[in-house]
Amino acid sequence: MIPKQPQTTDAGPIALRMTGISKRFGPVQALSDVSLVVRTGTVHALVGENGAGKSTLMKILSGVYQPDTGEIEIHGRRQVLANPAQAIDAGVSMIYQELDLAEHLTVAENIYLGAEPRGPLPFAVSHGRMTAQAGELAHRYDFSIDPSARVESLATGDCQVVEILKSLRRNASILVMDEPTSSLSESEAKRLFEAVRRLRSQGLSIIYISHRLEEIVDLADEVSVLRDGRLVHSEPVAAMNIPKIVHHMVGRELTDFFPSRTAHIGEVLIQAEGLSSDAGIDDVGFQVRRGEIVGMAGLVGAGRTEVARAIFGVDEMTAGRVILEGRDLDIGSPADAIAEGIALLTEDRKRTGLCLELACSWNITLPNLGQIGFRPFIKPGQENRIAADVGSRIAIKWSSPRAPANSLSGGNQQKLLIARWLLANSKFMIFDEPTRGIDVGAKAEIYLLLNRLAEEGKAILFISSELPELFGVADRILVMRRGRLVGNLKTKETTPEEVMHLAAVEEKREG
Amino acid sequence: MNRFVRQLLPFGTLILLIAALSALEPDAFLTAENFFNVLSRSSVNGIIAMGMTAVIISGGIDLSVGSMMAVSGMVAGLIMTKVTGVSPILLMWLGTLGGLATGLLCGLLNGALITRLSLPPFIVTLGTMSAFRGVSYLMNDGMMFDVPAYTFLGQSTLAGIPVNVLIFLAITLAAFFILRYMPLGRYTYAIGSNRQAAYHAGVNVDRTLLVIYTLTGLFVGLAAMIATSRTVSAQPTAGVSLELDVIAAVVIGGASLSGGRGTVVGTIIGTLLISFLRNGLTIRGISTNVQLVVIGAIIIGAVALDQMARAKAVESR
Repeated sequence: MIPKQPQTTDAGPIALRMTGISKRFGPVQALSDVSLVVRTGTVHALVGENGAGKSTLMKILSGVYQPDTGEIEIHGRRQVLANPAQAIDAGVSMIYQELDLAEHLTVAENIYLGAEPRGPLPFAVSHGRMTAQAGELAHRYDFSIDPSARVESLATGDCQVVEILKSLRRNASILVMDEPTSSLSESEAKRLFEAVRRLRSQGLSIIYISHRLEEIVDLADEVSVLRDGRLVHSEPVAAMNIPKIVHHMVGRELTDFFPSRTAHIGEVLIQAEGLSSDAGIDDVGFQVRRGEIVGMAGLVGAGRTEVARAIFGVDEMTAGRVILEGRDLDIGSPADAIAEGIALLTEDRKRTGLCLELACSWNITLPNLGQIGFRPFIKPGQENRIAADVGSRIAIKWSSPRAPANSLSGGNQQKLLIARWLLANSKFMIFDEPTRGIDVGAKAEIYLLLNRLAEEGKAILFISSELPELFGVADRILVMRRGRLVGNLKTKETTPEEVMHLAAVEEKREG
Repeated sequence: MNRFVRQLLPFGTLILLIAALSALEPDAFLTAENFFNVLSRSSVNGIIAMGMTAVIISGGIDLSVGSMMAVSGMVAGLIMTKVTGVSPILLMWLGTLGGLATGLLCGLLNGALITRLSLPPFIVTLGTMSAFRGVSYLMNDGMMFDVPAYTFLGQSTLAGIPVNVLIFLAITLAAFFILRYMPLGRYTYAIGSNRQAAYHAGVNVDRTLLVIYTLTGLFVGLAAMIATSRTVSAQPTAGVSLELDVIAAVVIGGASLSGGRGTVVGTIIGTLLISFLRNGLTIRGISTNVQLVVIGAIIIGAVALDQMARAKAVESR
């Protein structure tokens, strides 16, 4: 029983057919009767909000989970994938978001890990043959990479190439890529797209998971949309566009994706002058007013996060000053910054944001214990009430404030951090890539929240790599390039093209 | 819910053990005297384990506690035997304070080296483990100090309960309270769970760690005085390999050596489990050599069961 057969235009040979896949975890029906067809030599995008079932489906395909019902056919042969090794034998290869390489080994050693070519002596590995074979493999697929380079010396984009070569060495015919561009710079992403197209032309099938819909429209041949564990739509990309995809993902039109707002901009709250640090920012100056959302654009490595770190006391300032409400601040650590009413929502919520295995309520109150009267003693009952209260203000979905933070979806984890700074009653809030890696619905909620915070009179610095959201939310846009501020533009008086030009092109122009 | 089950497992084992021993050896085991004896013996390890619990929750380790205990006892013994011209009671007090202060300073030294030099706790305390032991041998040419009159902490009772058991109880309650109801405890969990995140949330990581290691030192000083009093002598060989027993108790109690996880209740259960097991096996006439093997198996078994429970919890997510 197949609910919705993919409508494909050309009937190329089928590389993968998953039929009627269902999977239940306890009370949660993660997948219901999902059928997916991927043709040979195509890029098949898989999209859906977080929790829609993408990763469960891919874990079934890679042998990590067993489906409760359903069948998997690979190149026409029925396969039971009882473990990851069987999936690899069947030609399925996963490239996860977090790359899985041995950093201290060379590119060749990683590619041939577990299948090293033997030398003349018993048990000995022939490094020469291994390096040569790795070079040949890279050459055959037109990748330029030094097989004897150590992985730790490579950029993220090249690490991905190593993962891809590892898969090719195992004769993979179906490559699953999970959010491959999330940690790549623009130019690295471009190279990756070229690589994906090359692999496709060599007859590989690529299942491409991404939140970045622009990429999908650009790259994929077909797109399948999962929602609430069901495959709701599958169609060639030619017949799709971004609004349509979003519509299928969220099941509603996102007319108010960027909520409209009448800004009530007040006096200057915070002013940075001549900010410099050893982390690579030089003479950065700007001001943010009450009720204003100031966006900050720039390419990866332009120094945006470093500006936030300098203001928040993580990096030491080598020059410059920060003036809040007319007072010169002396900030030596995040604790000092928080005491002054400054908040930083860091770009990496797993590394520098949350204590994942601790309770949601603990994460919310962590910087606020003194302020809510929990010094010297914490009152757990009251703590849960406070957390539940601030949580309900921004609609965090959790089973209870006592649940560990890692039981929440990405978007809700992000909201936990916002709840923390709401409770801290911060005056100046820096949001560093707050929508990275979260689904479309949660993004819209974050935008709404930014607006509400501004309406409450807070000053907001909103760092983002996605120009559409900067233009949708910010009143003013600062542009960073190579550690310097190169643009300070009113959103209404500029264009994405102008911002991108300032961010990416080397030329003198003062904003 | 799962955390509760995890907590229940060592507790259930402890209850089963006590029940089994009570049934097998009603005369030797199931007496108030034997119970107090076991608790009294547990007090030294147990008090140190309270500090170790906090250290392990913070993601660290303290290998120097055994040697630290020897130094603390030796300083107390030195004061009690070499200082002259004060009344015997005052001398006891001076010695006790000297022992406590020594523990505190040793802990402070560990904490300072870990935070100021940004060294891993394992390395720092491996070093001080050796250094403290050396100092304790140097203090009296490898000989012990006899302190025959120092019986209060180790051998007297209050309302029929050994004084050291009461102290053990008080320290346990204090540790429970700090870890559960005070910002210091909360920061300890946060640092162990994700040090970077704690720092970005305004936690003063260095100060918190300094306090935890110093407090552990103070607890060790207290345990040293109880141990000295139990044997009415301060011995430079005191507490050899004690750190391993203490770490074992904390780990059996459900703490994770990677930090962020552990409870005082769990550690108490772990401590008592080891103590009652030793006691029961001794009463049954089983040699200490066999006891070592059994305890080793329990450590591995407890952690293995824990891992399996976690793997399942992760899969059902």
